[in-house]
Amino acid sequence: MPKQSPEERRRNFLEVALGYSEEQAIEEANRCLECKKPRCMEGCPVGVDIPHFIKAIREGEMWNAVRTIKSKNSLPGICGRVCPQEVQCESRCVLGKKGAPLAIGRLERFAADWEARCGLLKKCASDPDAENEDAPSAKVQPPTGKKVAVVGAGPAGLTCAADLALRGHKVTIFEALHDAGGVLIYGIPEFRLPKKIVRSEVDYVKTLGVNFELDAVVGRLVQVDELLKTGFDAVFLGIGAGAPRFLNIPGENLNGVYSANEYLTRVNLMKAYKFPKYDTPIRQGRKVAVVGGGNVAMDAARCAVRLGADEVHVVYRRSEAEMPARLEEIENAKEEGVIFDFLTNPTRFVADDRGRVAGMEVVNMVLGEPDDSGRRRPVADLGSEHVMDVDTVIIAVGTTPNPLLPANTPGLETTRWGTLVVDDDGRTTREGVWAGGDITTGGATVISAMGAGKKAAEDIDRWLREDGSWNR
Amino acid sequence: MYQIIEKEALVPNIIYLKINAPNIGRAAHPGQFVIIRVDETGERTPMGLAGWDEDEGTIDIVFYVLGTSTMKLGTLKEGDYIMNLVGPLGTPTEIENFGTVICACGCFGIGPAMARIKALKEAGNRVITVVEGRSREFIFWEDKMKANSDELHVLTGSGGCGELGWTNDFIKRRLKEGKDVDRIFVHGCPFMMMECSKASEPYGVKTTVSLTPLMVDGTGMCGACRVEVGGETKFACVDGPDFDGHEVNWETLVLRLRQFIPQEDRSHMLWERENWHKLVEVSPRAFNPTLGRMEGEKVEKKSRRAVIVNDADRCTKMPRPPQDLSHQPRTLTMQRGAI
Ligand SMILES: Cc1cc2nc3c(=O)[nH]c(=O)nc-3n(C[C@H](O)[C@H](O)[C@H](O)COP(=O)(O)OP(=O)(O)OC[C@H]3O[C@@H](n4cnc5c(N)ncnc54)[C@H](O)[C@@H]3O)c2cc1C
Ligand code: FES
Repeated sequence: MPKQSPEERRRNFLEVALGYSEEQAIEEANRCLECKKPRCMEGCPVGVDIPHFIKAIREGEMWNAVRTIKSKNSLPGICGRVCPQEVQCESRCVLGKKGAPLAIGRLERFAADWEARCGLLKKCASDPDAENEDAPSAKVQPPTGKKVAVVGAGPAGLTCAADLALRGHKVTIFEALHDAGGVLIYGIPEFRLPKKIVRSEVDYVKTLGVNFELDAVVGRLVQVDELLKTGFDAVFLGIGAGAPRFLNIPGENLNGVYSANEYLTRVNLMKAYKFPKYDTPIRQGRKVAVVGGGNVAMDAARCAVRLGADEVHVVYRRSEAEMPARLEEIENAKEEGVIFDFLTNPTRFVADDRGRVAGMEVVNMVLGEPDDSGRRRPVADLGSEHVMDVDTVIIAVGTTPNPLLPANTPGLETTRWGTLVVDDDGRTTREGVWAGGDITTGGATVISAMGAGKKAAEDIDRWLREDGSWNR
Repeated sequence: MYQIIEKEALVPNIIYLKINAPNIGRAAHPGQFVIIRVDETGERTPMGLAGWDEDEGTIDIVFYVLGTSTMKLGTLKEGDYIMNLVGPLGTPTEIENFGTVICACGCFGIGPAMARIKALKEAGNRVITVVEGRSREFIFWEDKMKANSDELHVLTGSGGCGELGWTNDFIKRRLKEGKDVDRIFVHGCPFMMMECSKASEPYGVKTTVSLTPLMVDGTGMCGACRVEVGGETKFACVDGPDFDGHEVNWETLVLRLRQFIPQEDRSHMLWERENWHKLVEVSPRAFNPTLGRMEGEKVEKKSRRAVIVNDADRCTKMPRPPQDLSHQPRTLTMQRGAI
């Protein structure tokens, strides 16, 4: 797939991967072997009919491809860009045994972008099923008269809301921030997922009749109990795992030390990269260290490059093999000049005389015995401490569930990690309340959050129609 | 979108707004705040809740005009709209019958203090309100405070009217005299809250301060608002904003508050360059000559900025805000009224 060259993209926030042209897409789709027993679908957490949409693309029936994907996945433009396909659908592809697997993710992205170019599917003249102007691309069932409140407009909430709306329920989404999308809007940067795409997919959810209440913090403005008392028949919590984790080492509150959430929120949601046109500032020096090895760390490091740092280091306590970030993003970061310091762990921050961070003391690590996660546990090599010369530090060592809502909702049980206790269908310990996404799993992936939203929507629908008992 | 119902320039540089926000008033408690984003390019700025009316569906805020965000907000007129308003945020403070309480306030802190004074009075406390200002011109809502307090003391640094001194002097004097005080609440600039906390510490009277660090989301998601209290890091937006003043690390608070000064200044200058006419347009109203406290000042003829800088000089004895990093003070000097 064509990409912006590293020299060019180091200086802009435009999308890095440029996407297939129609010819390229058809050419790629032609590589599909049309297996009798396709295994790719097993790898998709939301069960998209992959062989069918690939076939549609190779036959040039793009509208059909879009319809096929959208019947299972309301946010294909997003998933095509950020899903870790290499460990999902593409990992099962037979082609992968000999060479590169079929680029299913890129084709999904192509289909979604094609639809965006044509306007919503309903307006596309080549769609023989388009009956009337206002019908959204998937069919909404007749109203059931039931009302559902969805808390959080991240991938879990958006998917659950869209699926329930399709089934004829009246859905209202309550979102704490001033924009819908969750991590997609405040965390993942523009150059990886343009906000225009998030907006157009949110708009699609609106066309299904979902009502959005922004600036509404559930647990403060309104309680879950009140929602249930004031006419909502069910509540779905898709509130993510938004609380940043810190290292708890000396000097962490110095100026110039940010959590990845703060750094990325300033840059993405508040558009600090356009300061002073936008009012929210970000202050970044010449030498930036990002602590962590996941996708979040890659995103932060690549933003720092674009904001003009001379040197950006990713400091990770294990070795490259254990890095949880997607391979593609690690490569992108390397191409853009990010320096990786493996087996290195911060121990404290050093201040200048103005209370700003001026250095980060780190210690070398060695890999010991495997831990619970099966990865070899890093152990500090005492005595190897040295100070890195940095003036900005971004801590990207994970997030934990935000306790604000659970703490204000009686009857909601949490695990010792703060995640909500749910059963296989997403039912919490509180009657009428479901949950899914990062709030039940801890930081995971967009697609798994969507899968959880989808599953909960099915169960909510069943419960609302059958009026069954809560405890099964 | 949230409409401005009423606007009043209370004293130089401090503005009051009543905003239509039907749901917030229903859920609000004293000590909580809202976050405002004025327009599409605006920052998210926290503001303490100075009051609310459930039936009218409105909330009140009082703010000090300091940077781009507050300038933008300050130049809106009655009938104009604010783009985003989220709240109530923060953990509400315990309001109960403590016995005798001192409520110390000053500057923009008089706003949120008012909500607290009312609630404490309603809970049956004997409320001693003490308010400070550099001079009488900076004190507002005296009538409201008087109506809700058992005692009201006005202290000014200039000593022109009322008692001479600051709120911390008052607290110290009261406690030294051995008068019974069960609880102290302080709303104001960090320096004033620090001084009040220091004044009460030797006497062991619990002093609750309402911190105002920088914030982004206000829901515990980013950690921009972290403060050090009792040796631990807390997020002011969810763990606070009220904390025990004897435990707060004031130096970290002030350093963090000042971390973006060069950027804030640049943004402020650029905004003013393009919007100077809005400042001139509002100044006659903004300075509300009917208050009668501004005699002798030809405010209509001055640009708003000139007046603000003049006021700031008088109020804080601060030099003009540093315009780039190289002018930033090398060591931390904390002063009254400086943020
Ligand atoms: C920087 C970054 C990069 C990532 N990159 C990838 C990637 O490339 N691929 C991938 O698959 N995954 C990636 N992830 C992980 C992925 O984004 C998350 O797993 C996913 O977004 C979780 O979805 P969610 O709906 O559960 O929660 P979220 O997306 O976190 O959404 C939760 C929403 O709920 C709102 N909310 C929270 N509390 C309340 C409340 N009390 N009231 C109202 N609203 C509330 C929040 O404001 C938020 O909008 C990344 C994450 C980050 C932070
Ligand atoms: S303002 Fe973001 S956590 Fe408090």
